[in-house]
Amino acid sequence: MSSSTVSIPSTHYLNNGTTLKSWLLTKDHKRIGLLYLAAVTFFFMLGGAFAVAIRLELVTPAGDLLSDANYNKAFTLHGVIMVFFFLIPAIPSVLGNFLIPLMIGAKDLAFPKLNLLSFYIYFVGSLFTMYAMVSGGLDTGWTFYTPFSTVASTTAVVPAALGIFINGFSGILTGLNFIVTIHRMRAPGMTWFRLPLFVWSHYATSLIQVLGTPVLAITIVLVAAERIFGFGLFNPAVGGDPVLFQHLFWFYSHPAVYIMILPAMGIVSELIAAFSRKQVFGYGFVAFASIGIAVIGFLVWGHHMFVSGESVYAALVFSFLSFLVAIPSAVKVFNWTATMYKGSLSWEIPMLYAVGFIGLFAIGGLTGLFLASIGLDVHLTDTYFIIAHFHYVMVGGTIMAYLGGLHFWWPKITGRMYNRTLGKFSAALVFVGFNLTFFPQFVLGYLGMPRRYHAYPDEFQVLNVLSSAGASVLAVGYLLPLFYFALSLKYGEIAGDNPWGAVGLEWNTTSPPPTENFPVTPVVTWDAYEYPTPVEGHVV
Amino acid sequence: MSNGAAVAHDPHHNPNLAHHFESMEQQTEASILGMWVFLVTEILFFGGALMAYMVYRSQYPDAFALASSHIAILPGAINTAVLILSSLTMALAVHAAQTGERTKIMFFIVITMILGAAFLGIKAYEYYEKYEEHFIPGMGLQFIFPEPEYQQNAQIFFSIYFVLTGLHALHMIIGLGIMTWMFIWVKNGTITSEYFAPIEISGLYWHFVDIVWIFLFPLLYLIGRHVHHV
Amino acid sequence: MSENSIHHIVPKSTYYLIFLALMVGTAITWWVATIDLGPMNNVIMLTIAVTKATLVVLFFMHVKYSNHLTWAVIAGGVFWLLIMLALTMNDYLTRAFLHYG
Repeated sequence: MSSSTVSIPSTHYLNNGTTLKSWLLTKDHKRIGLLYLAAVTFFFMLGGAFAVAIRLELVTPAGDLLSDANYNKAFTLHGVIMVFFFLIPAIPSVLGNFLIPLMIGAKDLAFPKLNLLSFYIYFVGSLFTMYAMVSGGLDTGWTFYTPFSTVASTTAVVPAALGIFINGFSGILTGLNFIVTIHRMRAPGMTWFRLPLFVWSHYATSLIQVLGTPVLAITIVLVAAERIFGFGLFNPAVGGDPVLFQHLFWFYSHPAVYIMILPAMGIVSELIAAFSRKQVFGYGFVAFASIGIAVIGFLVWGHHMFVSGESVYAALVFSFLSFLVAIPSAVKVFNWTATMYKGSLSWEIPMLYAVGFIGLFAIGGLTGLFLASIGLDVHLTDTYFIIAHFHYVMVGGTIMAYLGGLHFWWPKITGRMYNRTLGKFSAALVFVGFNLTFFPQFVLGYLGMPRRYHAYPDEFQVLNVLSSAGASVLAVGYLLPLFYFALSLKYGEIAGDNPWGAVGLEWNTTSPPPTENFPVTPVVTWDAYEYPTPVEGHVV
Repeated sequence: MSNGAAVAHDPHHNPNLAHHFESMEQQTEASILGMWVFLVTEILFFGGALMAYMVYRSQYPDAFALASSHIAILPGAINTAVLILSSLTMALAVHAAQTGERTKIMFFIVITMILGAAFLGIKAYEYYEKYEEHFIPGMGLQFIFPEPEYQQNAQIFFSIYFVLTGLHALHMIIGLGIMTWMFIWVKNGTITSEYFAPIEISGLYWHFVDIVWIFLFPLLYLIGRHVHHV
Repeated sequence: MSENSIHHIVPKSTYYLIFLALMVGTAITWWVATIDLGPMNNVIMLTIAVTKATLVVLFFMHVKYSNHLTWAVIAGGVFWLLIMLALTMNDYLTRAFLHYG
């Protein structure tokens, strides 16, 4: 099949079985990726709805839109939904699931039934959390600090925690699946150093999932034991230690942020290489940097506890290690930039998102260094500076990369191209809206506005209004793709096997791919980024 | 569109070979690796509870030693022996699977299950004892500690005791479920001399649960025995 | 032929020996617990526990006959647990070291 005739194959994974049962009981990693796509998109919108409530409230200094209690619930649910039901699963479970077997030349993941189970576990976990939402809500902050969450809060803590506990297993099993797949299912000739960097970052992410999430699980068990059975574990009134909770919680939750960013970095490596038509500069460094981030990321959790009463000595150690973890991230930023240098750049939509990622992630990452300095952190912690910092990396970083990835692989997933004009317009709205929303928050935080407050002094209003205005622009930028992606399914131009002329095994099969991915198992004899002139037969 | 040389599919493959694997070898290696990765998650899961134990024991060493010495040692010691024996019988079950001795596999699985059930029975008895002695924290019950000045911190010891042993018991129950499933598979012929990876993997899980107990026994039962002879 | 541990048949006599070692270890642990050796009590009991666990892992779980990846997975898991324990205790044990101001 040559790429000169651009067509959709007669059978592919989307029409191979059209009953509801063939979708709900599928073991095909590509269909499971789409099930997740529907789910995470729903949760992104739900989490976004809570963000709308927050930003509307913050337009005026008085706490007039939501009561104190309801505002607490709004930011808590925004955080819980965005972190656990969107940011952590989105890229690995949607794009990772879809692409990893294709990228390594396999027919599926190592454990397809486990993959489907992961999805249903995610689904059940989300049901518990949504039940919590409507039966009392949750007001503890997404961080569940004790003893408020275990003793004092009157909201639906246990159902929400249970939902997150169950959801955690989805991540653990997906990580397990990816690790075994990448070790054992690579096609002949696909050595570790011929793997696309997308696969390396998902491998590193999976290490974190497997090593960190169980600690969140036990932490939730302990919180539930205290809340349900009255076991005194974190309650100071009975000799318990709230700081122990924070150690256990952050041991997972800090590496969790690397679960959120590493897959995004994997996407960026693919996009920069494809749209610079150039080998990734320092492939080995970027690959090992992923592992480095995963490993060092486990050693820094105490930087969330500088003002919680941890020892000064421990704070110094954690501060030093936090500076260290920035290094592999910086290596990646330098290498992406070097990849672009003297590359043959084309400014397609995925590239816009990738370059946007590099800039915004750099800002977010650098502000992380401010926070790693203990003295500065004492002033900035629990202010809007923190909120701006993590939104720069998670939204300016992860979400931009996710959108870039969706725009890059959409033609492979669906066989169709979307309207590029609308796409570019959306990307512009997202970039402008994002910066308008979150840059003022750095200033607000520096000036002292605390986080999680719905009322603030009058002098902070201008910056808050700017931020809320930005949020409305950002919202439009996020809603537009829903519209033009949906439209492309019916009216989109047929994309063909490799509309971008990219290198990678996924581009060597049809768009959409057949259920078994490759009619014949590929044998790989070339490196991951054979740009600018790939050998005939290595790319379609 | 050429993708390199085709890899021929062996038409005479084992009926238990899943279609996405190239060979039984690959499938077996993948499943064993998968189980080991899962056991690592269990190490970290129990590890979190051990973290809590370690922090509180370092903060309240006397209360912990005293509370631990109030736990009857004999049931714990018997349980340790029971679990170690069950690990032996499980290893023998896997051995029988490797040599294709179907009846022996079933025999050893049943013995392992009986030992596991014995462990749970003794545990239930221990829990009942705790109830009688007023050593169950929270739960709307009265916690009464013989040495009242250590009451609060002894409660923390017992909270952790119940979390650790409770989670362990839960894993044992799941283990009994897995054993039942394996028994059925051996009986109905799914397990053969060419396909017995599930037995090996179930064995790995069972041995892991034994290892957790190997640590829990000294950590919970034997802290203050040399100081307090109760 | 294969490096697969599943095909390596460990003789039953080895299993019985390991079983015996585990029982002896348990007995010694119990006995040591009744004698006051100060801080050595903990050291000895934990050393025995680690030894017992190692025997179970190497022989009952066939890791002695497994490939390096299996070893690496186990080592990684144990090492990560140690990271959590060490860095957390690093906080608790150093509260008195330095003070602000």
